[in-house]
Amino acid sequence: MGNPNVGKSVVFSRLTGANVIASNYPGTTVDFSKGKMRLNKEHLEIIDAPGTYSLTPTNKAEEVALKMLNEADVVINVVNATNLERNLYLTLELLEKDIPVVIVLNIWDEAQHLGIQIKIKELEKILGVPVVPTVALTGEGIKELVCQIKNAKTNEKIKKTSEEERWIKIGYIIKKVENVEHRHHSMKDIIADLTIKPITGLPIAVGIVFLAFWIVRLIGENLIIYLLDPIFYNLYLPLIESLSEWIGQPGLIHTLLIGEYGKEIVFEESLGMLTTGLYVPLSMVMPYIIAFYFILSILEDTGYMPRLATLVDNIFHKLGMHGHGIVPMFLGLGCNVPGALSTRTLETRKQRFISATLLAIAVPCMAQTAMIFGILGPHGLYYIGLVFLTLAVLYIVVGLIMNRYVKGESPEIFLEIPSYRRPSFMTIIKKTGMRVRWFLREAIPFLFLGVVAINLLYYVGFLGWLGNILSPLMYGIFGLPGDASIAMAVGFIRKDLAVGMLIPLGMNPMQLVIAATMLTVYFPCVATFVVLLKELGIKDMLKSMTIMIFTAVVVGFILRTILLGF
Amino acid sequence: MDQQNISLLNFPENKKAKIIGVDGGVGFLRKLQVMGIRKGQEIKIVSKQPFRGPITILVCGSQMTLGRGMAKKIWVEVI
Repeated sequence: MGNPNVGKSVVFSRLTGANVIASNYPGTTVDFSKGKMRLNKEHLEIIDAPGTYSLTPTNKAEEVALKMLNEADVVINVVNATNLERNLYLTLELLEKDIPVVIVLNIWDEAQHLGIQIKIKELEKILGVPVVPTVALTGEGIKELVCQIKNAKTNEKIKKTSEEERWIKIGYIIKKVENVEHRHHSMKDIIADLTIKPITGLPIAVGIVFLAFWIVRLIGENLIIYLLDPIFYNLYLPLIESLSEWIGQPGLIHTLLIGEYGKEIVFEESLGMLTTGLYVPLSMVMPYIIAFYFILSILEDTGYMPRLATLVDNIFHKLGMHGHGIVPMFLGLGCNVPGALSTRTLETRKQRFISATLLAIAVPCMAQTAMIFGILGPHGLYYIGLVFLTLAVLYIVVGLIMNRYVKGESPEIFLEIPSYRRPSFMTIIKKTGMRVRWFLREAIPFLFLGVVAINLLYYVGFLGWLGNILSPLMYGIFGLPGDASIAMAVGFIRKDLAVGMLIPLGMNPMQLVIAATMLTVYFPCVATFVVLLKELGIKDMLKSMTIMIFTAVVVGFILRTILLGF
Repeated sequence: MDQQNISLLNFPENKKAKIIGVDGGVGFLRKLQVMGIRKGQEIKIVSKQPFRGPITILVCGSQMTLGRGMAKKIWVEVI
């Protein structure tokens, strides 16, 4: 346990070898993770809890931390050595409880760099429990920590007391153990100043966000053109063609694995598990996923996110959230599932409801974005721009409306700004790798399921019937062919597959824009739906869904009127 | 509050001040205290975002961003 952004997750990874996402901003961990470590033939279960400043929770993530505390036998209290005074409050609260504690004085390297000297022996004597200095990022001090876990103690002398008393005590401890030398303004401070002052900070923020997306597209596109498409077309296609010959007859097996027998194999359209089912996630989506998470990891680990949150706070406040609302949005651009989870760091129900609903409506995940690039790219950047412009306008307009009508409070921003850290290349690669693996584990089974479901439903004639019956509706209101409703239905399972299903319909670019936008807005994919249901509860989820579907219909109709004429 | 005591909201950027008090309920005070914002601490405004945007302060060796409504309740004196 410990304050937010002190490196609990890094210490956890070091102790257990388990991979968890850690970043340089408060609130990266919103749920607990469990891992195991061995200590002298004993198996210990280590729990990584979300950060909290005190034992009185102020948001959902902190409530999780408190629940974990009640289950624990020993507390490893991670403390930020550069900010001992503030961190000690939680430490004292923990020591007042009847639970053995060992203290980890993390970020020790930076404290020394800043000229902060802490007398560890003295601190141990006063608190009566082991104190271990560490640099968790590099692993320094972790061995010592492992040795000291069994020495964790309670301190009977520290009794439950008032807040006031605790602060007095902290003042006394700090005087005894800490010595701060004066230091010079460093390069980091200058960058920190430039990126948070509005005059320089806002242009820099716009520049960074544009640069980030430009690089994502650059990496993604080149991976597809020079690596994955050659593999699929030159190496894999011949294999599939031989397989098709070997099966040698039309039937369910050929249709499920490869696509309709006797038709030319087109990876995007054939709708077989081994053709579309693999090509969409691996060659069309994965390159963008890699690129996106690589860049996001850099932004996270430097410590830029809270500064961005400060700069955009004003806008987000008008949408009923505060600046921290940009975190769910950014994470959601990768995948809506972690985005939905991170709404927990917002304080009130109103904020969480708005943030989650806007996420589902106007934030396309990278899988979907990649497919939108894939189908609209050949027609020109203009059309891609139209989709994203519409979504951005929606985010703001729906946000403004919800801020007015959703009951509840939306408190002001109150957010710690960490100092900048130079991200380690290896950590970034590892983190990107973890997230890409996570994507593949989630995406491929669902895509297979989707492909099988579509084929079976076509086989029994359900999808054809659905397309026919909805045809007048789809065409009349949205100017789309009836079969676009099939893509909408598939969108429940996977959005990327759904966008892919638009390809064989032979629509013009404007119709594609309408369909792609509506696919984003009308409903989240089933994975996100499950998380949202858990986070919001049934009642709020029903409200949220009503807003989504209503918005989709209105937007589809407006776009149709503007883009296609009546 | 006499002349010397001003709200953090009206305090200029980049000048040092000392916190002399915070208005508000118990929960609010605790929320600020655990972040290092309490009586006696040195404080400095790092930046103010335009259009009534949030204020970033330096206190206790670390920076944090807070809304103007909160800043209004923090009373400081020049040092």
